[in-house]
Amino acid sequence: MTLKLINGYPEYMRESIEMVEKTREQRIKEKAKEKELALTEEEREEVLSKFHPDYAPGGKRELKVGVNKGEIVPNEVADILEAWPALDPDEVDLNDIDYDVDILIIGGGGAGTVAALWANYEGIPAENILIATKLRHGDANSMMAQGGIQAADRPWDSPIIHYLDVLGGGHFANKHELVKALTTDAPKIIKWHEDLGVMYDKDEKGNFIERWGGGTSRKRLHSAKDYTGMEIMRVIRDEARNRDIPVLEFSPAVELITTEDGEIGGAILWNMETKEYYVVRAKATVLATGGWGRLHIRGFPTTNHYGATADGLVMAYRAGARLRDLESVQYHPTGAAYPEQIVGLLITEKVRTMGATPVNKYGERFVFPLEPRDVEAAMFIRECFGKGNCIQTPTGMRGVWLDSPMIEELQGEGAIKKNLDAMYRMYKRFGIDMTKDPILVFPTLHYQNGGVEINADAQVLKGDGSPYPRFFAGGEVEGGVHGKNRLMGNSLLDYNVFGRRAGISAAKVARNSSKPGKLTLKHVKLFTEEVKKINVPLSRRSPILLPDYRGKRVLARKIDLPILQ
Amino acid sequence: MMGKKVEILDVDSKQIMDDIKKAASPPEEVEHWVTIYVMGKPYKVPAGLTIMKALEYAGYRYIRGAGCRAGFCGACATIFRRKGEYRFRTALACQTTVEDGMYLAQIPFVPANKAKYDLDKIEPGPTTLLEYYPEIARCVSCNTCTKACPQELDVMYYIQYGIRGDIKKVAELSFDCIQCGLCTLRCPAEIQHYHMAQLARRLYGKYYLPKSPWLKKRLKEIDSGMYEKAFENIKKLREENPEEFKSLYYKVLIEGREKESKRINDPLELMEGED
Ligand SMILES: Cc1cc2nc3c(=O)[nH]c(=O)nc-3n(C[C@H](O)[C@H](O)[C@H](O)COP(=O)(O)OP(=O)(O)OC[C@H]3O[C@@H](n4cnc5c(N)ncnc54)[C@H](O)[C@@H]3O)c2cc1C
Ligand code: SF4
Ligand code: SF4
Ligand code: FES
Repeated sequence: MTLKLINGYPEYMRESIEMVEKTREQRIKEKAKEKELALTEEEREEVLSKFHPDYAPGGKRELKVGVNKGEIVPNEVADILEAWPALDPDEVDLNDIDYDVDILIIGGGGAGTVAALWANYEGIPAENILIATKLRHGDANSMMAQGGIQAADRPWDSPIIHYLDVLGGGHFANKHELVKALTTDAPKIIKWHEDLGVMYDKDEKGNFIERWGGGTSRKRLHSAKDYTGMEIMRVIRDEARNRDIPVLEFSPAVELITTEDGEIGGAILWNMETKEYYVVRAKATVLATGGWGRLHIRGFPTTNHYGATADGLVMAYRAGARLRDLESVQYHPTGAAYPEQIVGLLITEKVRTMGATPVNKYGERFVFPLEPRDVEAAMFIRECFGKGNCIQTPTGMRGVWLDSPMIEELQGEGAIKKNLDAMYRMYKRFGIDMTKDPILVFPTLHYQNGGVEINADAQVLKGDGSPYPRFFAGGEVEGGVHGKNRLMGNSLLDYNVFGRRAGISAAKVARNSSKPGKLTLKHVKLFTEEVKKINVPLSRRSPILLPDYRGKRVLARKIDLPILQ
Repeated sequence: MMGKKVEILDVDSKQIMDDIKKAASPPEEVEHWVTIYVMGKPYKVPAGLTIMKALEYAGYRYIRGAGCRAGFCGACATIFRRKGEYRFRTALACQTTVEDGMYLAQIPFVPANKAKYDLDKIEPGPTTLLEYYPEIARCVSCNTCTKACPQELDVMYYIQYGIRGDIKKVAELSFDCIQCGLCTLRCPAEIQHYHMAQLARRLYGKYYLPKSPWLKKRLKEIDSGMYEKAFENIKKLREENPEEFKSLYYKVLIEGREKESKRINDPLELMEGED
């Protein structure tokens, strides 16, 4: 027996939907007045301090080990940084090298693929490059982006104006040289995509259709329907395949290898299917492992792909790299809260910008729909957990309504299918027609703002601020580009710009230097010494590679027999 | 001004965060159950889960078969039959709800050959797609691919357009393809649909869509170094006078929004971007 659903919703939710329908007409009439709901600076603070997960106490702690000792990070991040290594260094024979390459790229998402292509353009033969990735090539956050990518290419826009927007968005905490690189390379990237055949939305003259992005002063968001990330990722992956760039799938890196002279000399990979390890020696190593959504910071659901477990942060930190801006976490206000099947998945901001208003259980407006992300998210949490004016789903999630049918009334029939095809399709799969019924939303964990600190050549920085000559990073794993808050459309750009720079820099090293010095895992042992001093439970090991969603009943009965292992 | 739009609430913020955590975790009590047959083996799982979450509930831990978990990557292709039904069905495990009596298996990998090409050297014409994927000519118009497609694309149509050499149509009709390979698995003519469509889209994007006129100008400006000086100045301003730098930011933001808004005739274009 299952719960009886009427067009996707149980009866008790239908009662609330009726209230939403009753107020719809009035709300549409007063759409222009929604601005009056916008909060003052003081009110924002009141709401953020009490209802935003980044501000509410109990979510963060001081790091007790490593280069960033004393700095504050989310508990879930501290847990994996202050952990025992998953791999016992003594079990590995570093003299037996499985892959001896010019360039090792860790992570086969957007940044990794871009790095491989540019290293190849720079003359490094495909067979001297190796991409090692955790899932399949392209199973990555890069595949999931919907909205678009920023680039200042119109006459009344410029890289300087784009620069200002990025800094303001990042609360002025960003690194100058990185933002400069981001915004001046942006048009080059778009040109490169054009040449590769990415199908951006254009008018008949070839002008990009460019849209507003939250926090930008110009319209510079380039998109490909609401599948922008997928379109770019599948094109660059196709190009990597044309060029025969070797990819090892289901073989994540579990530890970096250092050298006697304090460099990075490759990595240990672990074949998740056969459980064997591989030693990779590389003249240059590129870290492109993406973000942290699957750590479920503060227990939040996430928009991220299955492999977003911050392994890159862990490995780089153990090797002595410096991290930055990790205390601020990006939550997206509108994750799906119902049905259970899609909890946490992204409901693009476009739903609100096209006119859908968030309303509570009684069909009442309670927030200006386009507050900055953190304020909007905090207001949703306030309505749900502070005031209780929310819908509770059969599985216990809470959420507020996003009144999507307003879009059809405001923009004309068919507007949803035309502009929000991926969204419409997702709800339809679960029996909900978002053109007729509102959808239930709650904030979701979205983006890692900070990460491994790099310079404009995409070189990773050590604790003392000097760069590793042979170690590079690009994409969501690195920090400094977006300061304390990333604006939409800038992370697809980030992985292209710094993936490219990492690839070019790595190619330079590969051309100009000999093999790295004697390989060692001494850094892992040294780090373990530090971990020993702070009382970490033995079961806490990292990198974690994948989240564990197995049912409690099964886990309670699970035993490992010392056979068939 | 306080208390006009948001009255001050006396709450325990930490408690709220703990409550959210609880709300977002799987419920302790399960009211409704279904039985699914995973590769023939029965498992009792809570009703209302996706196939993917149900398998996890049952104790499976994915290595293969899960990617984005959101319907964008095609890693989770699944085949199933319902109890007592002759029809063979296809689905995405992350986007399909379990049903009582479902017999299912996930397809971890689809063998399919991708043609290799140098896009710069292709001169696209009516026979280009056939040259790289000659097997499309074997299509017997059975429509099985269309029925198999979890994105509900008109797969057979795009194959037909491919045979006719209509690159634009193939590109447009296949645009939402997540490359799950289910069409290819089912096709009696052994066609590798999604690879052919990928080539068509790249050809269309490169050779048929007109190039942006503005982009070239901007690239010239950048290459000429004309922004270097401005970047130096702005860096200096930021370091030496952060307050003035901030007001510059707000000024550009507000004025820019005003100015840009006036350029717009199409109301849809007023939309903000996202994500
Ligand atoms: C739903 C969603 C919507 C988004 N929308 C937008 C948008 O509209 N605009 C925008 O600019 N940005 C958007 N973003 C953000 C953007 O997509 C990402 O920040 C960006 O794509 C990250 O690229 P990346 O290459 O750094 O990481 P990813 O693309 O995530 O790639 C990292 C890869 O490394 C692999 N990996 C992880 N650990 C290891 C390991 N130990 N060893 C080997 N491989 C490993 C991963 O499996 C993955 O394949 C969105 C993100 C999400 C999740
Ligand atoms: S066209 Fe084929 S590969 Fe593409 S989504 Fe449909 S079934 Fe999957
Ligand atoms: S399944 Fe194969 S043969 Fe049948 S219509 Fe599709 S492409 Fe043609
Ligand atoms: S896991 Fe990506 S489509 Fe299902």
